[in-house]
Amino acid sequence: MAADVHSLVAAYALDALDEGEEREFEDHLAECERCREELAGLREAAAALAFATPPTTPPPELQQRILEQARSERPNVVPLHRRRRWAATLAAAAAVAVAAAVVLGIWAGSLRNSKDPFESVLSKPGSKLVAMGRYGGVAVAPDGEAVLALAVPRTASDKTYEAWVIRGGKATPAGLFHGQRGASIVKVSKPVGAGSVVAVTVEPAGGSSQPTAKPLVASGPVS
Amino acid sequence: MGLVLEHPTVSGSAGGSTGRDLAHATDESLLSLVAGSDDDALAELYDRFGGVAYGLALRILRDESLAQDAVQEAFLAVWRTADRFLAERARPSTWILTIVHRRAVDLVRRQERRRGEPLEAAPEPASPERVDEEATLRFQRRVVQEALRRLPAEQRQALELGYYGGLTQSQLAEQLGQPLGTIKSRMFAGLTRLHELLSQAGLEESIPR
Repeated sequence: MAADVHSLVAAYALDALDEGEEREFEDHLAECERCREELAGLREAAAALAFATPPTTPPPELQQRILEQARSERPNVVPLHRRRRWAATLAAAAAVAVAAAVVLGIWAGSLRNSKDPFESVLSKPGSKLVAMGRYGGVAVAPDGEAVLALAVPRTASDKTYEAWVIRGGKATPAGLFHGQRGASIVKVSKPVGAGSVVAVTVEPAGGSSQPTAKPLVASGPVS
Repeated sequence: MGLVLEHPTVSGSAGGSTGRDLAHATDESLLSLVAGSDDDALAELYDRFGGVAYGLALRILRDESLAQDAVQEAFLAVWRTADRFLAERARPSTWILTIVHRRAVDLVRRQERRRGEPLEAAPEPASPERVDEEATLRFQRRVVQEALRRLPAEQRQALELGYYGGLTQSQLAEQLGQPLGTIKSRMFAGLTRLHELLSQAGLEESIPR
């Protein structure tokens, strides 16, 4: 049985255990470092499933209800109905070193045409969505048209984000933007050809002709 | 290339000294504020994740009023226990959505017990894509959907019926007419593979410190 308990970690991360199994697994979890580490990663994956379902705007009064109730309570006095044990220590995940472009998807051009430049690039047959770390990515069409979708905060007024297309060690300025709440959708002003890297740096206001800082985000070479 | 991606350290956002412009605060700092009973920070977290939370709860519960209950209970749990999160090293969105999922699943199982049978498996919602959905969310959704598509069909089915359907592994085995061991290994293999695919996509790195 003991060996079998490990195998419950995925079902536990998905909340797919019945109460008895859950208790059994939580007892095991308290003593098993390996399962705690594994659970941390699998929970991230399970929570990502929440993002695969279309978000829906809740009725506006729901926020009011939550805030009123929250204000009327002193925090941290009411325990959770069911205490969920979280891994006390999560393995620090290795930083992602970008060796080659991580292509998240290749679109067949089935998307409807749209005024949104990001969607419009993805609507071209054979376009790719390339990861740029945790901030988002860049959509690249076969003809080199590219649009960034990055969730980066607004820069200080004396700074700007600058996009670059880097090819053969040569960086070409490809647009300035300031960032905003949510995602910034930014057209890359230079074509992104095969073997190019798209990167973004923080530069003094007005931009630079060559990067003066280490890239904040970068794609791998686009194939 | 070997570029190490760093957290942006862009200073001087529009915040000013009042500290009430929370729009640029990180999720982590919002949770710290919530732990100190800051209800504006709770409102900001709700603005960020309320739509995803409600969409998820609605898919699991298929009832607007129950879905609202699940979201309300979950955000109040965030309010009451945010200090506990600080010791965790998970991403705030993971922590919050795990609580939302748990609440929704608890409610759906309570409903089933009342009715004496499991609800039918949750179908993919037919609602059209929302036009005003934020690009970040849209992007994340595409990435996760793409990763799901790459899983073998039976693994994807086990994850979807378990996560969105709120079924236990035993219920799932019964419903699909498969041995429990088969369902366990599909869930394990599917979720592990999904984690790998999402890690490769850089979408779920751990929190930069």
